[in-house]
Amino acid sequence: MILGRRSLIAGSAALLAGCDTVIQQPAARRILFLGEDMHRGLQRALVNRNALAPEFTGAERSPFFRPNGTRDPGTSEYAALQAGKFADWRLQVGGLVAQPLSLSLSDLGAFPQRVQITRHDCVEGWSAIAKWQGPKLGDVLKAAGMRDAARYIVFTCADLYGGAPYYESIDLVDAFHPQTILAWALNDRFLPVMNGAPCRLRVERQLGYKHAKYLMRVEAVASLDGIGKGKGGYWEDNVDYDWYAGI
Amino acid sequence: MDAFRFRRDRLGLFLARLRLEAGDCREVWLMHAAAVQRSENHDSLTAMKTVFRHRVATRLWHWINAISIFILIGSGLGISNAHPRLYWGSYGANFDPAWWELPRFPAWLTIPASYNLAISRRWHLFFGLVLAFGLLAYMIVSLLNRHFARKLRVRRGDLSRRNLLADLREHLALRFHDPANPTAYNIFQKLTYLALIFILLPLVIFTGIALSPAMNAGLPWLLDLFGGRQSARSIHFLCMIGLALFTVVHLTLVILAGAINETRSMITGWWRVPEEPRP
Repeated sequence: MILGRRSLIAGSAALLAGCDTVIQQPAARRILFLGEDMHRGLQRALVNRNALAPEFTGAERSPFFRPNGTRDPGTSEYAALQAGKFADWRLQVGGLVAQPLSLSLSDLGAFPQRVQITRHDCVEGWSAIAKWQGPKLGDVLKAAGMRDAARYIVFTCADLYGGAPYYESIDLVDAFHPQTILAWALNDRFLPVMNGAPCRLRVERQLGYKHAKYLMRVEAVASLDGIGKGKGGYWEDNVDYDWYAGI
Repeated sequence: MDAFRFRRDRLGLFLARLRLEAGDCREVWLMHAAAVQRSENHDSLTAMKTVFRHRVATRLWHWINAISIFILIGSGLGISNAHPRLYWGSYGANFDPAWWELPRFPAWLTIPASYNLAISRRWHLFFGLVLAFGLLAYMIVSLLNRHFARKLRVRRGDLSRRNLLADLREHLALRFHDPANPTAYNIFQKLTYLALIFILLPLVIFTGIALSPAMNAGLPWLLDLFGGRQSARSIHFLCMIGLALFTVVHLTLVILAGAINETRSMITGWWRVPEEPRP
């Protein structure tokens, strides 16, 4: 009995260590990482592409919407924009579009607005509910005349990670989803710096790290190859986060 | 001549075992018993009191589950370390009151050992699919081949206080099998397996699905059912504790009942009827 229990504990410790050895093998890693594609395939097959993320009432909001990641980009360029209350900030919309755009905050406000109270889910496990306002990304892309060859939308930010701008990307299903907006207001105020001023992405059916803050450029591309390390985002490139974060 | 008979009897035994795998029925069992009788002279030790206990679907599912649950708990504890606070309701973050501030799980309990949320999630999300589709397949197979009906049906009188108390006494005396029908599950086994297959495993799977923001859009009623995403996350964690407790009790009983015999029966299907102490 004692022997049995000891060997059980030793065995399970060996198994745990074994898992860490297994994940070092490229073939095993590839199989394990297929989980992301299986979930994406299943979710896309099961969920209507326009199905809405749950929305809430004003009373159901979190008392405080906590920031995460960069709290302030802290670069001199960003500081200058912030000093001018983002009057000089322009969002560049380019890549595979017929008509590249350069949009000010008031330009964004001139598009039809979507207001939504949604839940933000961090990959770490916490959730916070807040009210967001901004134009639909789909409307902005249509205004720029997105070309047929485009497959992904890439977002480049003002904050630096390891010396390079934070970036993220989504596919066209999420880009043209009715709740995917370029939010410039949080809880009826302009976005605070810690939450991504002056404008951040909301892509409500994915985890928080996809919701790029401090947006500077929106580009339509045919492929993610050659951008960053080619995996579609800072965390995807550097620490193996899933590119598809609907899970 | 003797050698020929020996081979023939071994063949008969082998064929009977094969047919038992395919679908167990009384005639095959009788065939097997006859083959055992014939081979008794040659093989009395292994054939005498060995019975076919677990079918291939049960055995396969058992080991798939064993691996999945082991990896899911290890990687899940790694994920918990990213934000070790549990809440009730839809939202919950650092500035909201947590109903449980979890300890930081040590390296020897988590997959991977060194904190890495991305890799913990890769393990967890892959084996979450294995667990869910494994359960679905097992449920379908076990309904079709009447495994549930034959092995797990709670019969009249099973739940009477007398039977429960008698079974409890037998457990305390470390006698786990009814000598008249040693392969039948006792009532505690039935209730445990029923709770596991029809309550705990579905609950841990559906609370897991309710954590996916994309699935929230597809199945919003799941969130209503569990009372919000953070409630689903709390229930998911409580289910993990239930599964961990089950595993501890299960392994303890396997050791008490005879680790080698029980483990072998879950690999080959064949179980030696133990001679348990009788008063």
